[in-house]
Amino acid sequence: MEYFIQQLINGITLGGMYALIALGYTMVYGVIQLINFAHGEFFAAGGYVGAIALAYFAGNGYMDSHPIICLTGSFMIAMAYCAYLAVGVEKIAYKPLRKNSRLAVLLSALGMSIFLSNGMMLTQGVYDKVYPSELFQGRFDFGDMITISYLQILIVSLTAVLLVGLNLLVFKTKIGMAMRATAQDKTMSSLVAISSNRIISLTFAIGAGLAAAAGIMYGLYYGSVKYDMGFVPGIKAFAAAVLGGIGNITGAMIGGLIIGMVEIFGAGYISGEYKDVFAFIILIAVLYFKPTGIMGENIDDTRV
Amino acid sequence: MIHEFKKVWKPYTIGMLWLLGLLWPLMGIHADGTLTFQKTVTVWSYILAGSLVCLMIYVMKTSGSLKFITGPVTRVTGGARSATTALPSWVWIVLLLGVALVYPQFAGRYGTDVAINVMLYICLGLGINVVVGLAGMLDLGYIAFYGVGAYTYALLNVTYGLAFWVCLPFAALFACLAGCIVGYPTLRMRGDYLAIVTLGFGEIIRIILNNWMSLTNGPNGILGIKPIGIYIPIFENGLTFEHIWVKKLQLFYYFALGLAIFAAIAVRRLNYSRVGRAWESIREDETAAELMGVNTFIYKLLAYAMGAAFAGLAGAFFAARMKFVSPESFTFLESAMVLCMVVLGGMGSIPGIILGVIALIALPEVFRELQSYRMLVFGATMVIMMLFRPSGLIPAKRVGTRSEEKEG
Repeated sequence: MEYFIQQLINGITLGGMYALIALGYTMVYGVIQLINFAHGEFFAAGGYVGAIALAYFAGNGYMDSHPIICLTGSFMIAMAYCAYLAVGVEKIAYKPLRKNSRLAVLLSALGMSIFLSNGMMLTQGVYDKVYPSELFQGRFDFGDMITISYLQILIVSLTAVLLVGLNLLVFKTKIGMAMRATAQDKTMSSLVAISSNRIISLTFAIGAGLAAAAGIMYGLYYGSVKYDMGFVPGIKAFAAAVLGGIGNITGAMIGGLIIGMVEIFGAGYISGEYKDVFAFIILIAVLYFKPTGIMGENIDDTRV
Repeated sequence: MIHEFKKVWKPYTIGMLWLLGLLWPLMGIHADGTLTFQKTVTVWSYILAGSLVCLMIYVMKTSGSLKFITGPVTRVTGGARSATTALPSWVWIVLLLGVALVYPQFAGRYGTDVAINVMLYICLGLGINVVVGLAGMLDLGYIAFYGVGAYTYALLNVTYGLAFWVCLPFAALFACLAGCIVGYPTLRMRGDYLAIVTLGFGEIIRIILNNWMSLTNGPNGILGIKPIGIYIPIFENGLTFEHIWVKKLQLFYYFALGLAIFAAIAVRRLNYSRVGRAWESIREDETAAELMGVNTFIYKLLAYAMGAAFAGLAGAFFAARMKFVSPESFTFLESAMVLCMVVLGGMGSIPGIILGVIALIALPEVFRELQSYRMLVFGATMVIMMLFRPSGLIPAKRVGTRSEEKEG
């Protein structure tokens, strides 16, 4: 039982990160019906920039005097950087192809993904980039088996803040209303003076920012980042987005948590070596039996 | 020309500034708490200079200022094109085959090795072309079937001692079966989902190869695979057969060449058959194809299984040549590389794919010192091809005429 609770805590931590990445997939899909293959690379870039910023602060000695400000600053920098990256990527690789066939956009996205991960490799080296490990060493112990580290609390609470913030943005503000309108009907929303180009850029920026936050969390949690680390979490987060119903924001959050739990429980109770397989199996099962996902509305043929 | 330049300078400048902002945090912030600008600006100015040259050429070409160069060049290429169309295509095929046949006599050991690689990748490229180019489904887990073929031969040979020629059909068959197993649940969905599910399946097959220690020996791979064995007739005192192993690279090259020729002929025949028409109709408009009585599910599954079978054949040759297989050889990047070759050459076009494979295998061998930029260039190639020339260097000829062309 204690083992179960411990796994549950780990699962929520991991699931939160997947949920943050999955939101980017699902929001972009909702607006332009494209699977953004490069999204995993935004996650990796976020991890890298976070590591660079933290190392810079530590090198200047700010880390010891103001750790909270440095951490917040690193999150801000990484999220801003990835938003900036994503807007440019959208303008270069996706926007000119919006009228072309789906295959062309997919191939372009795939090429962009390979390009970005190798660009990171060339500028940052092929080896793991280590996160400063002295951060958040403490932990709470409950009984013999259950521990919650400060880091886990930080990750879960930050994830919660970001998710609530996103929900408020999308469902309570005018910008969010414009985004939902564009997702539903691009022609109609442009008739009421919503610039769909601007909304698409904004969607990419928000999605990439969330992925960047997840990237830093991943780096803090596992201690290092690598240039190709966006690949597997990217697919898992996509599985989460599909599980929740692609295009649906609440669904992506729930899907992310479920995928994280399944991975942790699968690794704990079934087999650690095959932990990457469980998410794929869920993805395939969902697509086969209920392609609309848990929360998804009916998708007509043109969108799938 | 000034007018054309006015149109492009603004997005170009914004793009280059964007790139500068992108590069600096990665290259200019250091762990010791210092900020530098010099390295970033140096790298950026190289990129700036290179792209500015490309931009100028592009602008001059679109505005017609390059007429004094392009004029004669188009005359020459136009002349060459009329010559190619005037000559029947078999002349070109014979020429190409002739070059391919005598090639190992002139190339050294290294050159032959590269050429064998080219042949195997031609088979792979033609196989994925059936799925992507003809049937229009993006398959990102393709290399897994290559792995299935390679492991089939490796396991049958090492555990049961079966000969290469006995295993070859099994390699194709098992890859085909794997294709059906992957394809059956996934082919009901369209486009984007299919791409990512095949990606997932490719990873699953690789993870299984990596972890099923008792069968595949995990990451250590399988050693001691026998090369191809053949019987050659000897006419001393009557007719006897002598068994030899194909160990020499030059000899193996001819087998790889045979494989590539077989794949090219098979894909061409498929393309011009009833099945090929069905695939093409599915690619252009699936709903319309279904309404015209094409059983889309069966034909998509067939395309998938066919593509996988080619990969299986190539995989068996790969295992026979390397005499060693390990899961390392079958990563996602290999799939992306094969896809990039097909995209560069032209989806659905056999000469295009051959050109694409030669370009992407042989050129990196020539520029060995730039090896680490290889995947970067592959990624950029895919994006650039999609933006400027989505049908590839040698676009595929369409079977029949389309309705718009007839009207116009």
